[in-house]
Amino acid sequence: MGTRECKHICGESSQGIGEAGRTGEWRSARPVIDHDKCTPARQNKPACFLCWLYCPDAVISKTIPVQINLEYCKGCEICAQVCPTHAITMVNEEEFSS
Amino acid sequence: MADRNASVQILDGNRAAAIGATLSRVQVVAAYPITPQSPVTETLSEFVEEGNLNAEYVAVESEHSALAVCTSASIVGARTFTATSSHGLAYMHEMLHWVAGTRLPVVLACVNRAIGAPWNVLNDQQDSISQRDTGWIQIYARNNQEILDSVIQAYKIAETVYVPVMVCYDGYILSHTEMPVDIPLQEDVDRFLPPYKPHTTLDPAKPRNYNLVTLANPRVNAEGVLCHGYMEIRYLLQEALQNSRGTIARVGQEFGELFGRSYAKMFWEDRLDDADIVIVAMGSLAMEATVAADMLREEGHKAGVLGLRVFRPFPKSDLVKALKKSRLIVVFDKNISYGLEGATCSEIKSALYGSGANAVVRNFIVGLGGRDVKARELADAVKKSLSSMKEGVLNNEYPEWICEI
Amino acid sequence: MKTNAVNLTETEYVLPGNRLCPGCSVSLAYRHILKALEGQVIVTVPASCLTVLHGMYPVTSVTVPCVNTPFASTGASATGLIAGLKALGRKDLTVLAIAGDGGTYDIGIQALSGAAERQDDFIYICYDNEGYMNTGNQRSGSTPLGAISGTTPILGKQQNQKDMTAIMEAHGLPYVATANASYPLDLYDKVRKASAIEGTRFIHVFTPCPPGWRFPFSDTIRIGDLAVQTGWDILYEVENGAFRLTSASASVARKGNLRPVREFLVEQGRFKNLTEEQINQLQDRVNARWQRCLDRATDLS
Repeated sequence: MGTRECKHICGESSQGIGEAGRTGEWRSARPVIDHDKCTPARQNKPACFLCWLYCPDAVISKTIPVQINLEYCKGCEICAQVCPTHAITMVNEEEFSS
Repeated sequence: MADRNASVQILDGNRAAAIGATLSRVQVVAAYPITPQSPVTETLSEFVEEGNLNAEYVAVESEHSALAVCTSASIVGARTFTATSSHGLAYMHEMLHWVAGTRLPVVLACVNRAIGAPWNVLNDQQDSISQRDTGWIQIYARNNQEILDSVIQAYKIAETVYVPVMVCYDGYILSHTEMPVDIPLQEDVDRFLPPYKPHTTLDPAKPRNYNLVTLANPRVNAEGVLCHGYMEIRYLLQEALQNSRGTIARVGQEFGELFGRSYAKMFWEDRLDDADIVIVAMGSLAMEATVAADMLREEGHKAGVLGLRVFRPFPKSDLVKALKKSRLIVVFDKNISYGLEGATCSEIKSALYGSGANAVVRNFIVGLGGRDVKARELADAVKKSLSSMKEGVLNNEYPEWICEI
Repeated sequence: MKTNAVNLTETEYVLPGNRLCPGCSVSLAYRHILKALEGQVIVTVPASCLTVLHGMYPVTSVTVPCVNTPFASTGASATGLIAGLKALGRKDLTVLAIAGDGGTYDIGIQALSGAAERQDDFIYICYDNEGYMNTGNQRSGSTPLGAISGTTPILGKQQNQKDMTAIMEAHGLPYVATANASYPLDLYDKVRKASAIEGTRFIHVFTPCPPGWRFPFSDTIRIGDLAVQTGWDILYEVENGAFRLTSASASVARKGNLRPVREFLVEQGRFKNLTEEQINQLQDRVNARWQRCLDRATDLS
């Protein structure tokens, strides 16, 4: 099967999530949120969200509770580092492998 | 049929090119001055400042930038024009590849000039010939009328096949020499040339990204369609160039029907019907060759001239047909692919290979760096080639040069 | 209202699962730059790390229209977009040129200077990771004295960095600013402010690079912050000639607590061969530049 179906005459790209694949597979440790310490969870209203602000990969959501998309999280730890209440800890991936 | 009373003016080649671009209603002009092209960019800035050309005139700071400006403006959807020569064309080399690979209908006027080292501002065709691999359509004009006509046709061709077009003409010999040019009426050009419809879109509602890194192999996109690898995109460019022969002929014919000057053929012929000696050349040199053919005819030789007009795509099969009956083909090149021979000669030989033609082919390098080429010299070179035919050598190893060494 | 993480728009223009390194500050900066422009942009990008973020044909990770352009031509590509939009009567889009330090300080300087001299109406953002990081960290005009790189592997770079922001200021632009990925709200505000100004606007964004500078990728934000605390990177803006320190640099100036540059240098493997003399030279340079900023600062309240 050839590529004639593709109507492009030049390199024209359109958007897609996971362009580099499942980048969650890159990490060696994953962020785990303790919602008892997380400010928006405790106050039950939009607050803080510094983890969302600083995530380079936009895999954290501004929701209550805050959620992290583990399919794409690269495990950079920045969220854990910037969280003012130390609500996020990095846990080795090995602990989650079945 | 256009009004035959459209004005005939005495114009030099540069002004003809500028008027061609203006009549084509170009929307973005970005050109950096270089001898002998500078009057083109000056004339266009004059037209813009007078209000006679409604275009964005960008005073770029280099030729590389000039073509980069045209690239982006063309992607947005504007009709673009640039002009350059020699080192300027060399400086935009990378962008020439880029424009062709993006399939943008940019039109570039190349005022043919020698490339250094050493410095030389006079005419030869090395500059544009050196760019023949980049995927641009190349047209060589033989006089100022053809310059103007070719620029207008260039837009129609380019915007139909989505391949950029380079209109080349000899520096000084044409660019700075005045001749009568029939200037088409704007309304007739408007009928001939519809507005540009880009194949690209820049719309936040439907965002597209142009010219990302492309892998060697085909890859599936987010919608599940198998998309091209780099090689397939490049295949399409070659395919477009191959197919453009038909468009060039059709556009040339339409131009003839509307303006009275047909360009349906990719080369013009002078007394080829009964010629067994054919002189091949490009641009104004081919006109000089017709004078040489006159001299040869007077001396009893059946000489004709094949003036190559469209160099890319190379009109292989048409050329073979036209040269079938020749005994001797003398190719004069104002360029050389160092280490081998003149480019036109190589390409003619490659076209003839396998065709059954068994002509003797001789190549002469002439006119480099503005060296004057006299018809007498061309005629003598043909006679010399005739004598050498006795030796039975069809194809010499290297070209001869007509120079003072 | 002051920008904060709560009121900042949730719309993302950079999609997850892209090719940049974990902890990449460029990715972080780009998220907020595009938010500040509400995605109503055409971006033009030369060869750079950002090209890689944008993905590989036929899939892109970024949801705004983008034109890739050869390395030397970012400024000219932006000019072309502007000219094309103007010719077509389109006024709805901002043209954003965004290049690394390589494409800005070195190979791209001519085209940028040309565009700035023509006062072309676009925003040019230089994200500075102090080296040609996309090709594996070779030295650039922005690589600091003493830094080890792929092309200064043993002796370290022998020359100081170019001050590109000062060069751009010398073009007489209506808006010139510096920002830092570790201060995304300050970056956001500056891009937002720039978007309302006409003419050529230049913003330099300091973007630490974990693999290139040799520090753990978890430390990206901390390294960027240290740069400001030590005066290595100074956050300021110049609006029609009026100079103002901003964000953490304004705080440091008010409190007078600039930290020794050594604290910044010692965290990074690229500086492991620095001599004491080079550290002193770097400190002197930082001090001189800091003092010039203090002298120019009109509003430290």
